Amino acid sequence: MPDDGVTVVVGPSGSGKSTLLRLCNRLEAPTSGTVRFHGDDIAGLEPLRLRRRVGMVFQRPATFGGTVGDNLRVAAPRLSDADALHALSRADLDGSFLDRPASELSGGEAQRVCLARTLLTEPEVLLMDEPTSSVDARSRRALEDMTLGLAHNGVRMVWVTHDLAQARRLADYLLVLAEGRVEYAGPPERAGDRLDER
Amino acid sequence: MSAEIGWSGLATSLVLVAVAIALSLWRRLDLERSIAWASARALVQLLAVGVALDLVLEPGRTLAWSWLWVVAMVVVAATVVHLRAREIPGLFPLALAAFGAATAISLLVLFGLGVFELDGRTLIPLAGLTIGNSMAATVLVARRVFEELRDKREEVEARLALGHTSTDAARPYLRSGLRTALIPQIETTKAVGLVMLPGAMTGLILAGVDPIDAVRVQAAVMFLVLGGVATATTVVGLGVSRRLFTPDHRLVRMERPAEG
Repeated sequence: MPDDGVTVVVGPSGSGKSTLLRLCNRLEAPTSGTVRFHGDDIAGLEPLRLRRRVGMVFQRPATFGGTVGDNLRVAAPRLSDADALHALSRADLDGSFLDRPASELSGGEAQRVCLARTLLTEPEVLLMDEPTSSVDARSRRALEDMTLGLAHNGVRMVWVTHDLAQARRLADYLLVLAEGRVEYAGPPERAGDRLDER
Repeated sequence: MSAEIGWSGLATSLVLVAVAIALSLWRRLDLERSIAWASARALVQLLAVGVALDLVLEPGRTLAWSWLWVVAMVVVAATVVHLRAREIPGLFPLALAAFGAATAISLLVLFGLGVFELDGRTLIPLAGLTIGNSMAATVLVARRVFEELRDKREEVEARLALGHTSTDAARPYLRSGLRTALIPQIETTKAVGLVMLPGAMTGLILAGVDPIDAVRVQAAVMFLVLGGVATATTVVGLGVSRRLFTPDHRLVRMERPAEG
């Protein structure tokens, strides 16, 4: 995968997209082969530090009990209110969210809280596992725009989706998976009919 | 008055079993066989234990036999816990450690600080109370921690993905499991004497001991049980949550039981 921009991973369900992503922050361990980050086999890196450098946003937003502020403090226990507001603004949420119970958020809001929470660890890479599959169209747009903005500011993105139109909108680089194998890896404009609905 | 009963007295008490069987027949509960079997089994088990205790506690017998008895209780209890929650990997050694720790701590306090005098007649029943009363709570905490971590996998992995250690990621779920297992014991402790007279006290009063003396023993036993349950559940809870993570802080796959 390239060193910058947005890499989009597409493929039918069961093709190994999520597994590939989870291998990148060691939520899974490979049965064979190696995953390299800046040339180092990540099996040799300290997993907790690796996971803060390689953040992840999951398919279904996993908020914890308590308020949105409490959720942010799970990532950064000594977070000041000012920093919490800044973190929210990075995910396009205003300050009124800080004291709202996380359980009362809509899917899209919760997913943006998860993004804000992940960004607090200042990751170099963000793994996005179909982050818009359970949110409304407006939040989907917002998340896509934020992703492009973050990528523009030097946070590398690996975005998994089965939505080919979304892949076309976001990808600087494309990986097409089928049955656990890479069918195509390269710029989206050379992917040919692989990005057409089949 | 003494509550010693002879064999004929014991035989007469079987009338109460007959009452239970009669009720089952009358309401067609289809439980007559179970009641008869349970009663017969309890009688045989108790008689066997009585004979064995008689041998172990015979005057002049070395205390080593009593200690051996305690070890056997720990092993049997761990086996029962393991069989009751087979879905949880590696539960037998954990339960062994839990009952061992609970027994060690309770006995150390009770005998080490001179609450009871150490001999076979105190050692076996006190260890038995600690272990016996911890069994249900131990099964409960093992199941609960396992199910919490399995069912809240997404939350746990979200915590791991934020760079938390597996210990930190498991903490809220371990806490909830331990609370669930301990609260019933706390409730029982609160209600003691109000609703039911607990076993040790009942036995002592029936055997003719002064009620205030019986209460002192019973209170010590309640505290023994509370301490034992807390120790055993903590050891098993911590152990189960450890076993469900790999050394590199990944949550292991847990199968759901098949539906139906």
